[in-house]
Amino acid sequence: METVRNAATDVLLAGVGGQGTILAGKVLARAAQLAGRDVKVSEVHGMAQRGGSVVTQVRFGPCVRSPLIAFADVLVAFEQLEGLRWLPRLKAGAMVILNRQTIYPLPVLTGAAAYPQEIPATIRARGFRTLVVDGPGLAAQAGSAKAVNMVLVGALAAELDLPGEAWSQALEDLVPPAYREVNHRAFDLGRAAAGPRARGGSVPVS
Amino acid sequence: MKELLSGNAAIARGAFEAGVTVATGYPGTPSTEILENLARYPGVYAQWSPNEKVALEVGVGASLAGARVLVAMKHVGVNVAADPLMTLAYTGVNGGLVLVSADDPGMHSSQNEQDNRYLARMAGIPMLEPSDSQEAKDMVGLALDLSETFDTPVMLRTTTRISHSQGLVELGARREPARRPYRKDAAKYVMVPAHARKRRLAWLERQEALRRYAEECPVNVIIEGDDLGIVTSGVAYQYAREAFPGATVLKLGLTNPLPAELLRRFATRVRRILVVEELEPYLEEQLRALGLTVEGKTIFPRHGELDPVVVARANRYNAGPPEAAAQAGEALPARPPVLCPGCPHRGVLYVLSRLKLTVMGDIGCYTLGVQPPLAAMDSCLCMGASIGMALGMEKAAPDMATRTVAVIGDSTFFHSGLTGLLDIVYNRGRSTVIILDNGTTAMTGHQDHPGTGRTLLGDEAPRLDLEQVVRGLGVRRVVVVDPYDLAAVRKAVRQETAAPEPSVIIARRPCSLTVPPGPAPRVDQAACTGCGNCLRLGCPALALVEKVAVIDAELCRGCGLCSQVCRTGAIKEGDGDRA
Repeated sequence: METVRNAATDVLLAGVGGQGTILAGKVLARAAQLAGRDVKVSEVHGMAQRGGSVVTQVRFGPCVRSPLIAFADVLVAFEQLEGLRWLPRLKAGAMVILNRQTIYPLPVLTGAAAYPQEIPATIRARGFRTLVVDGPGLAAQAGSAKAVNMVLVGALAAELDLPGEAWSQALEDLVPPAYREVNHRAFDLGRAAAGPRARGGSVPVS
Repeated sequence: MKELLSGNAAIARGAFEAGVTVATGYPGTPSTEILENLARYPGVYAQWSPNEKVALEVGVGASLAGARVLVAMKHVGVNVAADPLMTLAYTGVNGGLVLVSADDPGMHSSQNEQDNRYLARMAGIPMLEPSDSQEAKDMVGLALDLSETFDTPVMLRTTTRISHSQGLVELGARREPARRPYRKDAAKYVMVPAHARKRRLAWLERQEALRRYAEECPVNVIIEGDDLGIVTSGVAYQYAREAFPGATVLKLGLTNPLPAELLRRFATRVRRILVVEELEPYLEEQLRALGLTVEGKTIFPRHGELDPVVVARANRYNAGPPEAAAQAGEALPARPPVLCPGCPHRGVLYVLSRLKLTVMGDIGCYTLGVQPPLAAMDSCLCMGASIGMALGMEKAAPDMATRTVAVIGDSTFFHSGLTGLLDIVYNRGRSTVIILDNGTTAMTGHQDHPGTGRTLLGDEAPRLDLEQVVRGLGVRRVVVVDPYDLAAVRKAVRQETAAPEPSVIIARRPCSLTVPPGPAPRVDQAACTGCGNCLRLGCPALALVEKVAVIDAELCRGCGLCSQVCRTGAIKEGDGDRA
């Protein structure tokens, strides 16, 4: 009889509708599947995609039951405020990969609310290992502003215990040929940005 | 290798494998991708109907002709299709017919949280509830077999977390059962009272037969464990397995009718029974009626979605990490969904908001105009309701007639707006109906409809002419405006609300997500006084930074509304340069 509780690796990909969290989740799920794991992915379509908060939940392991995560091991925040929003659903000491980007929600644009300051420091102060990634900068370096999601997937790859071949095959399988080269470059840049300091390294970063 | 499929994609695959040749529906979250996926399989005719009632009727016709049929819709769509459904339960089918009801606990993209398990029970038809993508695929085949064996439509009920979660699925080959011959049988298919009375008896007998079948049904299974008993179905099964890993679980795959004997036997084997189900106490109340002592909604919430934490915490099984509790309730700026930059609805909603009109709203992206700063929506009830409600308002309060409008999208108008408009004309109303014609079903992801000139299979179709349709219904005053031209919109709204007869304003512009962007306007920083008038548009591409308007050129689609509302002329129309 299987005991499945806590056997899965749980990853939250949080962002704003239109930021490419769905493709990022697909690449992660595909890589996990190619590595022989059971996988479940949960996301929400429809109204929420119109510029609202979105989250893709990916779970992989020997046997995954619930499509929803209880408390995640890794949070990939495509936007800083969205990073803050999902902290309550992290395990103690979880890893936060935080894209430098900020996108003001409507209540902030209209002056009805203030955008929180010093988000990386707030996250670190709560005891989460935090890696701030210059997504837009690295994506531009890779050749397309739209490749921010693959930069973040690259940084995530450095944190997860999945083989490199699974990641590159997943990119081959899911990215249309015309964008493949840029996305591979973006992935590599993201991975390099996280690489030396992640997985096994115990030093809380930047 | 197994494939990672969403529940919706798995249902489409299951329909393909089970030999479905006709599939119909109307888009609605979380059901939409079922037909979109099914349309890609060879040998399957799939179509969007104007609404769910028609979709089911087309499905019933196809079933009578002997085909295996799948009809898909969201939970509230089944309300629209309830009229044919309740009597279809009497007539039964020829070819197997499965109706997919995709419920939306948590109301991610819906106006209510109704639990359609009660509709299956009311109709007296079998209902299957998958708990993951593999089961979603397999249960389509089972549903069609049951439909043909018991001569009944079958409901396959999913929820958002089944429809939109992905899991690994083992694929199979397509079976191609021969189309069953059509046989004229008036006593079975013509529901005049004399026939319907007999069919009601047949319906009662069938339910007895289904009750016996439920006891042996292969999708009702017991997972052995300790003396804590769990009765559950659908996605709640997965949460329960994680929250109570040691428990003995009765997983019900067939939730109408319930297996009474199996449940009684299960009760003798455990010390305590928890019923873990989302939304209503549907299983719980039926278990109580069997005389069983169970706990359910005294522990688990009756509103919103369940998840592993809610299920575990409700039983004080595991409070979760302590820091999570400490952070709960922290106030962060909300990020609700918003009208996209360049959305053609914005111009109309802005004018309605400035003119302080009462707006009977409807279901679509424009419902997002309820939020500040536009706040241009007074009601949103169901598909098509805006038009009838506007008429009701003027009948009750004639003084409101010149200050009230109905606002409805093109797809929603074809779905349920036509009859409402007929009512205004027939009963001598004077309401003004604004049809926001963006040429697509935008909210659910740009599906085709009778006004787009294209079908679900990608074929060309006659493009219904909205003006002609509206005139054909007897409306004499029909105005077409460009919603990017605020002055024209304002003039049309003022003129038509004042007119003492029914009028329709068609605000026509394609959804901004379907066309390339135009050049972003430029802000003359010296001329900007920081008055903030442009912020009243509620555009996500516009902000005031240190009292100067700033346009995010990446987000901006160049609609030009901000330059039209700028009082000082500081926002200049773009000149073709895109950042």
